[in-house]
Amino acid sequence: MASSAGARPSASRTPLLALAILIAALPLALPNNYTYEIAILVGLNAIVCVGLNLLIGYAGQISLGHAGFFGLGAYGSAILAARGGWPASISIPVSLIGVALLAWAIGRPILRLKGHALAMATLGFGIIVSIVLATEDRYTGGPDGMAVPPLASFISGEKTWYWIVAAALIAAVWLARNLIESPRGRALRALHGSEVAAGALGIDAAAHKLSAFVISALFAAAAGALSAHYAGFITPGKASFLHSIELVTMVVFGGMASTFGAVVGAAVLTTLPQLLTVFKEYEMVLLGAVMMLTMIFMPRGLVPTLERAFAAARQISR
Amino acid sequence: MIEQYLLSGVTTGAIYALVALGFTIIYNASHVINFAQGEFVMIGGMASAAFFEAGIPLPAAVALSIATATLVGVLLEKLAVGPAREASVVTLIIITIGASILLRGLATLVWDKKIHRVPAFSGETPIALGGATLLPQVLWVLGVSAVAVALLAWFFRRTLTGKAILAVSHNRLAARLMGISVRRVLAVSFGLSAALGALAGVLIAPIAFTSWDVGVMLGLKGFAAAILGGLGSSAGAVLGGLALGLIEALGAGYLSSAYKDVFAFLIIVAALVFLPNGLLGRRAAERV
Repeated sequence: MASSAGARPSASRTPLLALAILIAALPLALPNNYTYEIAILVGLNAIVCVGLNLLIGYAGQISLGHAGFFGLGAYGSAILAARGGWPASISIPVSLIGVALLAWAIGRPILRLKGHALAMATLGFGIIVSIVLATEDRYTGGPDGMAVPPLASFISGEKTWYWIVAAALIAAVWLARNLIESPRGRALRALHGSEVAAGALGIDAAAHKLSAFVISALFAAAAGALSAHYAGFITPGKASFLHSIELVTMVVFGGMASTFGAVVGAAVLTTLPQLLTVFKEYEMVLLGAVMMLTMIFMPRGLVPTLERAFAAARQISR
Repeated sequence: MIEQYLLSGVTTGAIYALVALGFTIIYNASHVINFAQGEFVMIGGMASAAFFEAGIPLPAAVALSIATATLVGVLLEKLAVGPAREASVVTLIIITIGASILLRGLATLVWDKKIHRVPAFSGETPIALGGATLLPQVLWVLGVSAVAVALLAWFFRRTLTGKAILAVSHNRLAARLMGISVRRVLAVSFGLSAALGALAGVLIAPIAFTSWDVGVMLGLKGFAAAILGGLGSSAGAVLGGLALGLIEALGAGYLSSAYKDVFAFLIIVAALVFLPNGLLGRRAAERV
């Protein structure tokens, strides 16, 4: 009975260890720089999704604007480093603190909204950010984007970056899982079930929603800053509505309220378009069809559906 | 100058209102936010351009394109949204976003990635009106939108099908117990809202051109207008659409055209914070 991971709330370290081993072993299967590049993109998206999952999957609040935080984290650090000449070791933390403060200031009023109104407000925020980034070309380089200095002069090459992103991802997953298993995490799940019931139990709904929002914004900004310094270039497209949608899709596709689901969702949906480029003009049609079919036949997402299937299979074999 | 801004605001506002009405109809019948709504607008414009370029007379091309979009809308309900009815709100949002990507992809395959133009319905000679000039097509946009809104109001108040849609939106179970076919109501609402979207697309195509990707921003604006007016309220959708069009036009005219969308979204977010149910939305109490 207690075979599924969800049935053991004490959450052993095994899954985290398994992820770490997988990440450590993965380079053996990566033949060239291009595959490393994809692995790095997967890792960066996974960091955003692990954070976004705290907000969507656990606290039950939607955001259609998280690419805005990704873009702000990226541009914040890029502008401080490129225009201000700051070293990345200072520009990244300063940018993240800025994004956290902004997320707090925005989250306070808009998290009072529910459902579709919240979706609209976060979407509006994301669009505002992407327009401002595309228009203020004195600082951001406009729609063409801007060059970003490297993390440090001695850091370059896909292999080095693979380990940097891997470390960041493992830290993100570890933080998220610790948070979920803490009293704060249980409070978030209670909120998802029923805000009124949670309130009756003495849970400060507003404060918990806000903290999930700020943490998820921080994760997105961190991934954004890393991606800017890795690619050496950033465009406003990274903050666009479509990128926000991609991120939410990854979370839902992998499975809401499942940290590893978020990682799997990021992995599948980052790799899929790369594979689909073989089909060139059919790429969009196939991507749309895959999104629709998975959601129609696996509305809970990939990982929870597979977990259930395994649990059922194990019961039958007994 | 102000007349010109007001006029262009009302024109785009009328288009947003039609798109917002499409959101409202589907939301009322199924509680789904259909993020593929903008693609109906795209289909309306692109299909009529394609039919016209193929030599079909304009009125027939317009009718055919609206029929095409209606069919796509009904298929969307039958094949994608209907089978996933029990899924969560976020899952349904992802399904409709998947549908919008699929439709955009199909548009590039069936047609192409070029910008197309539908000829104006009755010539291009500008008409002087007070301090402003207007294209004849603007009159078409305003007139047809007004007629569409009036017809829609009549449809929901006076026809059995319209009343059945309202009944389902109020209480699906009670409606089913009264013998209303919920599946049919859902198909009709998706078809109707697709037709409205396509109508908006055809009306605006002579002024603003059309291409495979025009649906994204128009869909978002329509959603914003529906939320601003109060999700679920038809009068709110029209009011929200007009308000959004005017805010944009005045913002672009007096402040900065690069930032017109920023003003629009800032005002919507601010409006939501103070009026969480929109301008005309029902004040909903959460049942515990």
